[in-house]
Amino acid sequence: MKRSFLFAIVACFCLVPTTHVSAEPLRYNRDVRPILSDHCFACHGPDKASQKAGLRLDMREAATAKLESGEVAIVPGKPNAGVFAERILSDDVNIVMPPPSSHKTLSPAQKKILLRWIAEGAVYEKHWAFLPVDPVKVPTAADLPESYRRTWGDWARNPIDWFILRRLAEADLTPSLRAEAHTLARRSALDLTGLPPQPEFAAKFDPAHPSRYVDALFQSPHYGERMAVDWLDAARFADTQGYQVDRDQDMHAFRDWVIQAFNRNMPFDQFTIEQLAGDLLPDATPQQKIATGFHRNHMVNQEGGIIAAEFVAEYTADRVETTAAVWMGQTFTCTRCHDHKYDPFTQRDYYGLKAFLANVGEQGDGGQDAILLPDAEIDGRLASLEKDATLLRKQLKELSVGDVELTSWTERLVSDRLRWTPFEIHSVSGKVGEPTVSADRTSVELKAIPQGGQAVKLSVNLPRGPAITALRLEATGQKADAQVRLGFTFAQQGKRGIPLTAAREGIAIKSTEAAKIVGSDRRAAIAFTATKAPDVIALVWEPASPLSSSQNKGAAQDALDFSFTLSSSTQPSTWRLLYTTAPADQLIAQEALETATKPAKQRTVADAALLRREFLASSAEAKRLTRQIAALDEQITALKKQRPTAFVMQERAKPKDTYILMRGSYDKPGETVTADVPSVLPPLPADSPRNRLGLARWLVDGRHPLTARVTVNRLWQSVFGIGLVRTSEDFGSQGELPSHPELLDWLAGEFVKGGWDVQHLLRLILTSSTYQQSSRTNARLQAVDPDNRLLARGPRFRLQAEFVRDQALAAAGLLSERIGGRSVKPYHPPGLYELVTAGSTTNVYVEDKGEGLRRRSMYSYWKRSVPQPAMLAFDAPGREICSLRRPRSNTPLQALNLMNDPTYVEASRHLAARMLAAGGDADSQIAFGYRLLLIREPSPAETAVLRRSFERNRKEFANRPEAAVGLLKAGASPVAGKFDPAELAAMTVVAGTMLCLDETITKE
Amino acid sequence: MNPISLATRRLFLNRTTASVGAAALASLLRRPANAAPQGPATGGRTDLPHFAPKAKRIIWLTQGGAPSQLELFDPKPGLKSRFDQDLPDSVRNGQRLTGMTSGQKRFPIVPSIYSFRKHGECGMELSELLPHTAKFADDLCLIRTMHTEAINHDPAMTLLQTGHQISGRPSFGAWIAYGLGSENIDLPAFTVLISRPSGPTNAQPLAERMWGSGFLPAKYQGVRFGSGKDPVLYLSNPEGFTRDDRRAMLDDLAALNQLKSADYHDPEIQTRMDQFEMAFRMQASVPELADLSQEPAHVFERYGPESKKPGTFAANCLLARRLAERGVRFIQLYHRGWDQHAGLPSGIKSQCYDTDQPTAALLADLKERGMLNDTLVVWGGEFGRTVYSQGTLTPTNYGRDHHPRCYSLWVAGGGTARGKVIGETDDFSYNPVRDPVHIHDLNATLLHLLGIDHTAFTFRHQGRDYRLTDVHGRVVNQMLA
Repeated sequence: MKRSFLFAIVACFCLVPTTHVSAEPLRYNRDVRPILSDHCFACHGPDKASQKAGLRLDMREAATAKLESGEVAIVPGKPNAGVFAERILSDDVNIVMPPPSSHKTLSPAQKKILLRWIAEGAVYEKHWAFLPVDPVKVPTAADLPESYRRTWGDWARNPIDWFILRRLAEADLTPSLRAEAHTLARRSALDLTGLPPQPEFAAKFDPAHPSRYVDALFQSPHYGERMAVDWLDAARFADTQGYQVDRDQDMHAFRDWVIQAFNRNMPFDQFTIEQLAGDLLPDATPQQKIATGFHRNHMVNQEGGIIAAEFVAEYTADRVETTAAVWMGQTFTCTRCHDHKYDPFTQRDYYGLKAFLANVGEQGDGGQDAILLPDAEIDGRLASLEKDATLLRKQLKELSVGDVELTSWTERLVSDRLRWTPFEIHSVSGKVGEPTVSADRTSVELKAIPQGGQAVKLSVNLPRGPAITALRLEATGQKADAQVRLGFTFAQQGKRGIPLTAAREGIAIKSTEAAKIVGSDRRAAIAFTATKAPDVIALVWEPASPLSSSQNKGAAQDALDFSFTLSSSTQPSTWRLLYTTAPADQLIAQEALETATKPAKQRTVADAALLRREFLASSAEAKRLTRQIAALDEQITALKKQRPTAFVMQERAKPKDTYILMRGSYDKPGETVTADVPSVLPPLPADSPRNRLGLARWLVDGRHPLTARVTVNRLWQSVFGIGLVRTSEDFGSQGELPSHPELLDWLAGEFVKGGWDVQHLLRLILTSSTYQQSSRTNARLQAVDPDNRLLARGPRFRLQAEFVRDQALAAAGLLSERIGGRSVKPYHPPGLYELVTAGSTTNVYVEDKGEGLRRRSMYSYWKRSVPQPAMLAFDAPGREICSLRRPRSNTPLQALNLMNDPTYVEASRHLAARMLAAGGDADSQIAFGYRLLLIREPSPAETAVLRRSFERNRKEFANRPEAAVGLLKAGASPVAGKFDPAELAAMTVVAGTMLCLDETITKE
Repeated sequence: MNPISLATRRLFLNRTTASVGAAALASLLRRPANAAPQGPATGGRTDLPHFAPKAKRIIWLTQGGAPSQLELFDPKPGLKSRFDQDLPDSVRNGQRLTGMTSGQKRFPIVPSIYSFRKHGECGMELSELLPHTAKFADDLCLIRTMHTEAINHDPAMTLLQTGHQISGRPSFGAWIAYGLGSENIDLPAFTVLISRPSGPTNAQPLAERMWGSGFLPAKYQGVRFGSGKDPVLYLSNPEGFTRDDRRAMLDDLAALNQLKSADYHDPEIQTRMDQFEMAFRMQASVPELADLSQEPAHVFERYGPESKKPGTFAANCLLARRLAERGVRFIQLYHRGWDQHAGLPSGIKSQCYDTDQPTAALLADLKERGMLNDTLVVWGGEFGRTVYSQGTLTPTNYGRDHHPRCYSLWVAGGGTARGKVIGETDDFSYNPVRDPVHIHDLNATLLHLLGIDHTAFTFRHQGRDYRLTDVHGRVVNQMLA
């Protein structure tokens, strides 16, 4: 926006009223504060630290007090008595205020206002948004000029219209005609569901009873989806954690909660309480806990080497600033480091709020409270698996053993003595670590390996003779501080990977560290990370069946390939691969082997028990049972991982201490503060708990001056494109004044009185005459009120990013109607992730198949570091931080997206098929398409353009059949029915043209 | 589709709609595809520039992961004799470390295994790893005392690009697109090119916000240029749909939008039509721009062996020159992979192989065309690396951790001082001892060279006038020619 244009708006709302105020005294809030705030408060405002010359102009006592210099700035009633006038009127660059270095100047008109205000007594008012919402008298016909009363006396349908009409009369503007029924049917449906209405549904719109249509829309489950989209911007909802690692963070349960809350028309006070403090409600339900995910949606940094405390401070700061913005329309960011420069908030206020919001479990690098969510299907399968596992464990426990067998087994352990023989290494490959084979070819040495190691492959000869019953890997040379990460596979040459059964825990391994690693993995590859690796790493596996070389004489020996990746090792290391052919029942724990060698008489009771246990465990039956149990455990673990979880806020029993952080820095704690609300706002009731529940109730107790004003303003914004307060995120002194202050307060009062009923408020708005005006504009309106702030016409602006796509899918008949659930991955340009991501679980985008391509855009997977590009192009916010107002831009990237994204090419094809299937000639098919998409009949001129397009393209495609085939290939879903390719391709072009129309992507 | 029908449609459009779409079409047909910058800037703020600019555009060669100043730009020969000695506590002086080395028992000093030599008339000392860049020593303004507050990649890169560690602010390029507009109506004012390192590296992730528009309108966000079929997303028409088909479709679309406009008079409709026309022009101008096949062989020789592989830093440097020639304001390259916590000697060599020759080639190309005078080239990363070794230290192998207190970065062209070294660090390249330059100072200076007073270039958001330099920054006069 150009400067001059901004000025025009300011002029419209600040200066225009003052033209007729010669009779009426100036109003501080309306006429004076905006000037002082923008030009003076940065150095002469609430922030004590930056006050210059000891002068504070935001409070009357301070502004009229004696200054450090002994002078007085403002003497009420005497503009020429104080230095204020002298300084603002001076021509001397060393004297004039504001100083040239501030790049601010007062216009002559502004100077005049300031001086007049002093002359009138320099009366201050509390900032309008902090004043209580008092009852407002609704204007009546009597408040209108005679001419308006005559013409427009019966225009108003509800109080909204009287406020609007009175303001229009002041500006000498008149309302527009009512919009056509089809326009209103589409406009209302887009506003309340984000989707075009089905034509049959739209036909039900009754101009005499618009509220019936609105109520029917409230019944649509898509209402909750539409409302949730705006709320999810505020809640900074996303599918990943953000920052550089940007891992997945599945919060879909929270999204579902929001949708359902709107669909049930949950009162906004309850909606607030459950999200800020659902966990603190008596007998909190799982749903109420899920709601607290609101404040777990902030970004989380998992970058290696971060300082956890620094990021815990960031997360709580995010909660403070988001809470202040969403419920109070206040910008608290400044007060993190210092008192606010424009608004009466102190740094103490900031940390007082923080104390409410910090008392939850969290580590800086992720770990935060979560709950498992119920899932009937998964829970059923889990129960059945767990039952089976319990049964097998019982069987294993009940295995018994005779003393004779035990003695004979123990003797064999001693006589046969488990032997490990190193394999002969016949070749080694791999560049990293420069592997060298020892002279005796039984070990390989690796140098220290920097990060990013590649696989080393050892090929060893599989000896002829008895079958191998176990494999053992030894690595020596790792010092205690080594960082080791291993992944490896075995493969017998000519065969696929060898399935390995788990070695029993502790088998022939001294180190308990490594024993844990062996675990229950049954596949041919395992990986582990050991930050404190032992001196000798030894891992043992038993192949599922003994390994033997082919016995064909004369044939070459079989080779066994062993590949492993040592991704970082700060020490050189030596690696050996060994085998044994001992009977399986001798593969037991090292300490049991040692015990067996003791003479029987010297064995303690514990020794005897150990031997008995090991013997039992080494039996074939025990191994079979152990394998089965391990398999079940693995399934159980995998299933548990599929259970949805949700991050939640969970109040800690013992409150964390909260400090004022000097300059906002996490490592500079100052004074301790207790939870409290900002002093300029109504106090927390004495009996209120000083926790999130107390805070939430305080916000919605009906006396808070901001919550209702801010909320109704955002609802107004979602319908009219601009709030009554344009700066919907800033109701502070730097924010814009409301265009209709009394209407804002009337709506806020009505909202609270009606029980915070969101649908009641929307119904009022959508059934007003104001809303139902035609959105046609004209040269005069464009000149006087280009942004339509005075509402002399209906709203007309581009749909939000999500609804641009949703509408195309809906008109094409592709849209999945399912509500809620996990996020999906629709079409996405290839290669976007790969060049910027790394080390994340989410560094490749794999498009869904089927329904995932056709769900509403609010379910599209949102990766914070690489958001859906088409959504960004249409001004969706990055969802990294709270966002309460989307800009609306108009760019060539949007045009390219609409023309060429397979989403739209596919939707065009389907819309075309529906049009062709409707039968009749091209004209009636085009009309059918218009009804589906734009909910109206095309004009003859429009039909003519598209008919010519159809005919021309049909000829083109008949001449170039391969082109038709190419165009019709886009997108995964086939169209129902059989069509002539040239006709379908030609109608696809027609439908694509319709999807690109300004009207299509505009609510008008 | 034959030319006659195209002309007929154009006549029809001119007669019946007199739309800008038709006018734009006509101008497109007149203009050769590879035309130079399109006359006066479009868009941008009317109060800018504040004074006569020295530079018209920026090519920012962002080195992600933090290149080690000790191996490249900041010679410390005195460290040779201190190999494996402990870093004196008095040097570190309690400054914070990352969680990756804060647990280390010792902080052994490691000198660079690469040597430095004086270059050019100015005698600037540069590493043997940069033989090509070193040929331009007399054109560089090397800052050895850059510093930042952030100690982890993500916040540090966000600070470098947006002037703030926390998400939400516009990137430098977005500020420029907003403030100065475009010099070429066929291309976005702010383009982003990301390359793939050739060696195995620890490549730190980037995020959209680093070239995002923050609270500025989305149209100012950086447009990513890829190396695949669609250099700009969604650029190509669907299969089977030719440029003529698209032209015809857009004419129909314009006719329909015109009917709506005549009824509703909303100027936004006209703007929408203009955007479709610009999209159509981009469908021609972008492929032409990205097509390197017409570049002569000696150019590829200059940019080195990687320059024929799409998506490499070398290929992107060449593309950057072509973008600059076409008047793109802000060209941001990213090359990741400098994060050598271990194996630094081999890792940094591989990174220099990727970047040194192409960077020098870009400087040479700009110079040859007389464009270095009004093009700012910036080369550097988000912070530096520690003098002490991370992990195992051997005479030939070591790693270095993150170091925000001082690091090196250079700027060339666009009115910057030539052959100049700014700032001095202590014997350990740990603390600045003279002329520290903060990222805000760098940004203030770059804005100054673009004719912008960084304290006066603001955008009102949430009631506050925001600046790229926040409430900080000073123009570093030493950096000016």
